[in-house]
Amino acid sequence: MKDDVTREDRIGALGGMGCERKRVEDARFTQGQGNYLDDVKLPGMLFGDFVRSPYAHARIKSINTDAAMAIDGVIAVLTAEDLAPLNLHWMPTLAGDKQMVLADGKVLFQGQEVAFVVAEDRYIAADAVELVEVDYEEMPVITDPYEALTSDVVLREDLDPKADGAHGPRDHHNHIFKWEVGDETATNQVMDDAEVVAEETMYYHRTHPCPLETCGSVASMDKVNGKLTLWGTFQAPHVVRTVASLLSGIEEHNIRVIAPDIGGGFGNKVGVYPGYVCSIVASIVTGKPVKWVEDRMENLMSTAFARDYWMKGKISATKDGKITGLHCHVTADHGAFDACADPSKYPAGFMNICTGSYDIPTAYLGVDGVYTNKAPGGVSYRCSFRVTEAVYFIERMIEVLAIELDMDPAELRMKNFISKEQFPYQAPLGWEYDSGDYHTAWEKALETVDYKGLRAEQAQRIEDFKAGKTRKLMGIGLTFFTEIVGAGPVKNCDILGMGMFDSCEIRIHPTGSAIARLGTISQGQGHATTFAQILATEIGLPSDSITIEEGDTDTAPYGLGTYGSRSTPVAGAATALAGRKIRAKAQMIAAYLLEVHDDDVEFDVDRFVVKGAPEKFKTMKEIAYAAYNQAIPGVEPGLEAVSYYDPPNMTYPFGAYVCVMDIDVDTGVPEIRRFYALDDCGTRINPMIIEGQVHGGLTEALAVALGQEIAYDKLGNVKTGTLMDFFLPTAWEVPNYETDYTVTPSPHHPIGAKGVGESPHVGGVPCFSNAVHDAFKAFGLRQSHMPHDHWRIWKTANDLGLHD
Amino acid sequence: MSDKMHIKLNVNGKDEEFLAEPRELLIHTLRERLDITGPHIGCETTHCGACTVTIDGKSVKSCTMFLAQANGAEITTIEGMGEPDNLHVLQSSFKEHHGLQCGFCTPGMITRAAKLLEENPNPTEEDVRFGMAGNICRCTGYQNIVKSILAAAAEMNSAKEAAE
Amino acid sequence: MIPAAFEYYRPKDMEGVLAILEEHGDDARVMAGGHSLIPMMKLRMAEVPHLIDLQDVEGLSGITVADTIRIGAMTTQNALINDAALEAAAPILKEAALQIADPQVRYMGTLGGNVANGDPGNDMPGLMQCLDATFHLVGPEGERDVSARDFYEAAYMTDREDEEVLTAVSFPAPQGGFAYEKQKRKIGDYATAAAAVQIVKDGGTCTGAQIAMTNLSDTPIYSEEASEALVGTSVDDAAIKAAIDAMLGDIDPTEDNRGPIAFKKHVAGVILRRAIERAWSRA
Repeated sequence: MKDDVTREDRIGALGGMGCERKRVEDARFTQGQGNYLDDVKLPGMLFGDFVRSPYAHARIKSINTDAAMAIDGVIAVLTAEDLAPLNLHWMPTLAGDKQMVLADGKVLFQGQEVAFVVAEDRYIAADAVELVEVDYEEMPVITDPYEALTSDVVLREDLDPKADGAHGPRDHHNHIFKWEVGDETATNQVMDDAEVVAEETMYYHRTHPCPLETCGSVASMDKVNGKLTLWGTFQAPHVVRTVASLLSGIEEHNIRVIAPDIGGGFGNKVGVYPGYVCSIVASIVTGKPVKWVEDRMENLMSTAFARDYWMKGKISATKDGKITGLHCHVTADHGAFDACADPSKYPAGFMNICTGSYDIPTAYLGVDGVYTNKAPGGVSYRCSFRVTEAVYFIERMIEVLAIELDMDPAELRMKNFISKEQFPYQAPLGWEYDSGDYHTAWEKALETVDYKGLRAEQAQRIEDFKAGKTRKLMGIGLTFFTEIVGAGPVKNCDILGMGMFDSCEIRIHPTGSAIARLGTISQGQGHATTFAQILATEIGLPSDSITIEEGDTDTAPYGLGTYGSRSTPVAGAATALAGRKIRAKAQMIAAYLLEVHDDDVEFDVDRFVVKGAPEKFKTMKEIAYAAYNQAIPGVEPGLEAVSYYDPPNMTYPFGAYVCVMDIDVDTGVPEIRRFYALDDCGTRINPMIIEGQVHGGLTEALAVALGQEIAYDKLGNVKTGTLMDFFLPTAWEVPNYETDYTVTPSPHHPIGAKGVGESPHVGGVPCFSNAVHDAFKAFGLRQSHMPHDHWRIWKTANDLGLHD
Repeated sequence: MSDKMHIKLNVNGKDEEFLAEPRELLIHTLRERLDITGPHIGCETTHCGACTVTIDGKSVKSCTMFLAQANGAEITTIEGMGEPDNLHVLQSSFKEHHGLQCGFCTPGMITRAAKLLEENPNPTEEDVRFGMAGNICRCTGYQNIVKSILAAAAEMNSAKEAAE
Repeated sequence: MIPAAFEYYRPKDMEGVLAILEEHGDDARVMAGGHSLIPMMKLRMAEVPHLIDLQDVEGLSGITVADTIRIGAMTTQNALINDAALEAAAPILKEAALQIADPQVRYMGTLGGNVANGDPGNDMPGLMQCLDATFHLVGPEGERDVSARDFYEAAYMTDREDEEVLTAVSFPAPQGGFAYEKQKRKIGDYATAAAAVQIVKDGGTCTGAQIAMTNLSDTPIYSEEASEALVGTSVDDAAIKAAIDAMLGDIDPTEDNRGPIAFKKHVAGVILRRAIERAWSRA
């Protein structure tokens, strides 16, 4: 190496942590060379398509497949009757319940899978679906969880009404579980004694992650060697392999699960769907590869929804605004089967983070899960488990309390933040927050947006409105959120008994390049780029020389997948630690080559140098070569490492968001004038990618807050089944965002990173919603339910008498 | 089932000739018959634009066109826009400005953006947002897509000036 | 979403089209850009055993601008937007067309398809009523003309017979100020409410007005009374209120995902007010 190369040059050449490395994935994607599920094409492949129920609750009297089978090119039509002998007509859900793969005697939601047609191509399959005759007898439909809990109508006739569920006793035949955290008696006492108590009920509506690519799978059973290969849109390929093995009886080593490129997940691709199971069965039955890809309506109607939480809150405080207690009760509509994707011990996910960023001494949370005639699910749509709900709840309760106290909501937050000195902070509902500096972040946010100036402008606007000079109101939405991500410690987090660790395996090649494989799977987060950056910094080889591979269970080490912002906190840590194992061995090799003691060399960017003699060194590239071609006494050849990382704690990213919105009172049309997002995700691996994640998460937040919903009518018909009605904003409806940051590293994470992909969504939804509420606050609004689409905003204005 | 039709297309400069059912949707022809898998299927109801290709000089959502309608047409997809060692400016600009994440919408975005810039070489941000409103992205929030397209426009214009 | 199979025809002339229509009756349908019909066929909500693609039929596209403006049925929204002569003579067409769907759809979607299929969500029918357009139809009995204001009977039901084809629309070159005002949830959505307004101003007085509303009934609504409420006035607040009241008497919205009836009526009033004010300011 030439003398004029500085240490900074060497750091720069690595493309390691902290730099804005361009994404390596993009070469393929920008040239149309992605390889998504529907791009998988195998010789002789058949296509499967579902007959789905038009009714939300009905008895199936008969299914006649004769006409469908008569079409040329139709190979099979599977019904529950065909699956029953294999014991595959039902499947376990991730939440400890079970779910019909194909309707077994009755249907429980519109769009439920009734029969699976297998044909030579998708056109023939679609024709055959039309010809399957199903005789239904309609039954009473329940779409309201409160009604479900008092109704005589038994939705789940397969369950013993008196038997416990997966999470303990059930109160009613339509009740799934009761989950309680905290001390209710103490909390009630605090409420009784409090100087001020604010109460509110809020409905966090049902929505859907709706990634641009729908779900699908290709199953290929090779009967000669007994191996099943399953390609699919899986956010957790290893879990799918384990479930597939448990379900089918095929030994796990004979199953290879491959998640190819994934066209967005956002939680939608965590669960196991009937289509996956049917494609496997169909391949076993026909001996040919079988592809199943759902269309958009099927995706919105039948795969995992998100939210649908009725949240009742009480928050107490002293007269001067010091919060003393929080009480929360949730009625959770889980639909026809409890197919939530949460760690097993947490039937309401991490809803018990609902005390938020505030030092609240006493709190209680109770959640009742309920069956209704709606699609199953309850996934974390771009958030850690139920954290969006928790943050929405507390951030609305803070606003409501501010109204009750007649105090500025920014000041109320400032007054109650957990202070920097309190970390690690033991929250009243069980979590230990790792690190934070909320006051600094909040001050920075308020100063940057000129909060006082905005309030003055708003006051003027209200006067102008009252004077008839304008018909537009101005809302200032505030949110301070704390996420809980990186599930999670194996002692309390598992899915189907599998601990929620994650993994990384690294092989250094002789010429100084490397491949690393992880148990996670990117869906756009840029893992191939950022994990290589972590490794580059840890092992001193350029990120451009490191291939990152995920998604193939035959090659990748076991991991629990990508969701809940867990990739960086868990797999990122595994990557760093595996890298450190490589470095430890490299140190021994370097010392041998430099003829000094191991302790006499130290790592410096891309090399080991002799302490005190920087001119004596071996680069990592040289060390890699030596690992393979020199017999080093006491050291095995090769340079490889694997790390399984069981995190000691979750990580707790946080952020401060401000939204400025104008609302046309007469039409209900909101216009976002400004959105400022400050995120603290600890150590920043790639600022460009972080910023991109923030833009995306905020846009999904905008959609959810301002219109995106899965709506049902009273008969259980889905009213929002296409992208005409299911709101996905276009470039025209979306503003530019201002991003900012502070850095408070996680003390327990090897590189201090906390994860960021979901923070903007978690913080964004209440921020947009609070802006709508804030606009009408001066006219008496306390609470209006999301989504704040045009007519609901208009109705708010109308109810407040602003159209008179 | 209806009779098969004799179909002739020119896709990315290559003549294709085959028999097919008229109801075949052009997106399926491209993806399954011709193995051109850049254009994707997202919504199937003409809202998302993931299937956008250029047909006889128009940006078209190929999930809403029967193959029979396209008979005789000249079609360009993302695969026809650049070579690995000679990328279209938009292809490199999307990478440079982080204009994509999962990549599923990207082929449709870039194909549409190319047509937009052909018709309006000096777009404002508003022009880009309006002109790209037939393409949905779930990942990026559009900010970097808009940035990528504006940067590509500037680069194409300065290349044009340099050539003149 | 896969359509059922069909026979496909691409005739070169109108005789060919009419012959197929006569042979197959209501089993046959003509298709222009297909962006309304194809999604319906993919959802299997429209059954079309015989599909006649009009793209090769001579003489169905093009814009002629004179005292009377004539636009061929196969003229795309994109062509309407980019025709300078049309923009000069009848700028409301561009203003409205830009608010239809998205760029890709506007390359394929045609004026004829938009007005002929009878979808109450389409924008052009209301606009054509506002402009007092004439629809030119051809059928086995020859040609006939129908006023846009008489053409629509109910959702997807029009005065056009199954064997007839809409070949062109024509309308007198509009006078005065114009506005097409539309509220929608997002790009690609139909109108929550939309208003097409043309106003003629002489001195400070309105001497002519034409008002039509979109997606507020099962057909577009031309409101004669609303139009008349403005004539002879200075289009002051009282006149606008009278026009809105008259319009509200003519529309009959239904509840859907865009909102309940009360909301739609309110927004219809607001949108019409804005359209009138903008048209008046341009008159």
